[in-house]
Amino acid sequence: MSLFDKRLSEIHSDLRKKELSVTDLVEASLSRISEVDGEIKATLTVDEEVARKQAKALDERLAKGDGEFGLLFGLPAGIKDNIVTQGIRTTCASQILSNYDPIYDATVSKRLKAQDALIYSKLNMDEFAMGGSNENSSFYPTRNPWNYDYVPGGSSGGSAAAMAAREFFFTLGSDTGGSIRQPAAFCGVVGLKPTYGRVSRYGLVAYASSLDQIGPITKNVEDAAYVLQAIAGFDEFDSTSADVEVPDYLSALTGDISGLRIGVPKELIGEGIDPEVREAVMTALKQLESLGATWGEVSLPHTEYAVPAYYLLASSEASSNLARFDGVRYGVRAENAQNLLDVYMESRTQGFGDEVKRRIMLGTYALSSGYYDAFYKKALQVRTLIIQDYQAIFADYDVILHPTTPTTAFKIGENVDDPVKMYLEDICTVPANLAGLPAISIPCGVSNKGLPIGMQLIGKAFDEATILRAAHAYEQATQHHLRKPELVRG
Amino acid sequence: MSAITRTEVEHVAKLARLKLTEEEAERYTKDLNAILEFAKKLDELDTSNVEPTSHATDVKNVMREDVNRASLPREEALRNSPEHEEGQLKVPAVFE
Repeated sequence: MSLFDKRLSEIHSDLRKKELSVTDLVEASLSRISEVDGEIKATLTVDEEVARKQAKALDERLAKGDGEFGLLFGLPAGIKDNIVTQGIRTTCASQILSNYDPIYDATVSKRLKAQDALIYSKLNMDEFAMGGSNENSSFYPTRNPWNYDYVPGGSSGGSAAAMAAREFFFTLGSDTGGSIRQPAAFCGVVGLKPTYGRVSRYGLVAYASSLDQIGPITKNVEDAAYVLQAIAGFDEFDSTSADVEVPDYLSALTGDISGLRIGVPKELIGEGIDPEVREAVMTALKQLESLGATWGEVSLPHTEYAVPAYYLLASSEASSNLARFDGVRYGVRAENAQNLLDVYMESRTQGFGDEVKRRIMLGTYALSSGYYDAFYKKALQVRTLIIQDYQAIFADYDVILHPTTPTTAFKIGENVDDPVKMYLEDICTVPANLAGLPAISIPCGVSNKGLPIGMQLIGKAFDEATILRAAHAYEQATQHHLRKPELVRG
Repeated sequence: MSAITRTEVEHVAKLARLKLTEEEAERYTKDLNAILEFAKKLDELDTSNVEPTSHATDVKNVMREDVNRASLPREEALRNSPEHEEGQLKVPAVFE
């Protein structure tokens, strides 16, 4: 078995038994990156020196054999490049931050380090997390490891592609409207968006603050539970962080889902969903049923309004959040500026890419006087209706199941000229962000073209344990997660 | 009638501190019109009695004791600034 096929818990025990060293893990990751990432382009920064130095220090601790070993001891992590990492360049895949050297660690970076994970690489993404294909990276697009002609999804496309190609042992992404789950589905890996407030956003460069949430991308559900355990919990540096007890996620993975009640929304399994995707998800539903779950058809009646409401709200928040990039305190300042206004105008005009400008302008318009009620406030009200739809379902069901994406991955360049068409791809993922609910995407098959299909389980607020348990039981019974792209089959 | 005119797009760009080329002004007018047309779908819903939700979780104002704690050293805080002098951020004159 390849090192990368082992579960994080197995690696942990191999390290303790001294059958493996941290240096082995780091060298495996670095050589994998140099072998495949020239084509996949999932990474933006790889600091080999930092990697080897950290490995050496951890190996010394291992040799001494004393003290506590963190939950993620010795594991190389890939971090999406909108999460700040002290001393390692953090760009958000934008020209305006291309030289940014963070002076502090995000809370999640700090927590990973506290659990002895290794951070030495930052991953490609759509600029400022705006996009669903990684084509909006201002450096280079990432390719899907299953087929280089296809997008890996986005905005955490680098995190999903790097995991699928086994460049790291786990990665972190962020999810504002599906940016963890959609690329996880497109790349055949597991992606978890926790409940809003479950994981601190301190040090996550804000796109849409009321929707953004950090979460793990892994090769199986157990690994996702491990990583969530390390990063979840209250943080006084994030005022929207929830002071809610964090359960033991690993002990939630009992394999027992008898009596679990699954709701399947008719709006997200019928028209508009590719037949192959629908079939894979319906097959999964029958498998869950055979494991003891029950299911019923439910309705999310405001589904068709979720995408326009999401784009108005996310863009409005983005226009405010991205006002901080002005070429004064950090980031790249345009060289030709004559006066202060010019510094702002030129730095932003030269530093932001096309989609970022489009959303800043949409948000500025939606928040401007005369349009605020018609667009921004209206979208906030629709958000309430969507939350109520979920509340009605969760009165009778434990989890909701439907596809993660309407289709499998699309070709690079296929959707770039039509923003509305691109936005509609998010129909299965944005509702959970608007409602702040936890959701996980797991592999449930491969299409005729050989591209992965993902299904999504959505849970009640702060009930990650139940969706992890259901996803894990399904995974144990079906083994779809063991499929890998040809590239890494070796 | 289109949802947003080119003049409005140029005004919004100015508010957002962005410069647009002729070609961009044209293209963003087209794109924003398509997006706003799409957004008008929300008008199908009667929301007159619906409270707006700005955050999905029930977080109220978060308070803490106002006590001193260590802050970033000035050199660190300035380290990423494009230009600074004597511990201050430096920018070109507001007026030429």
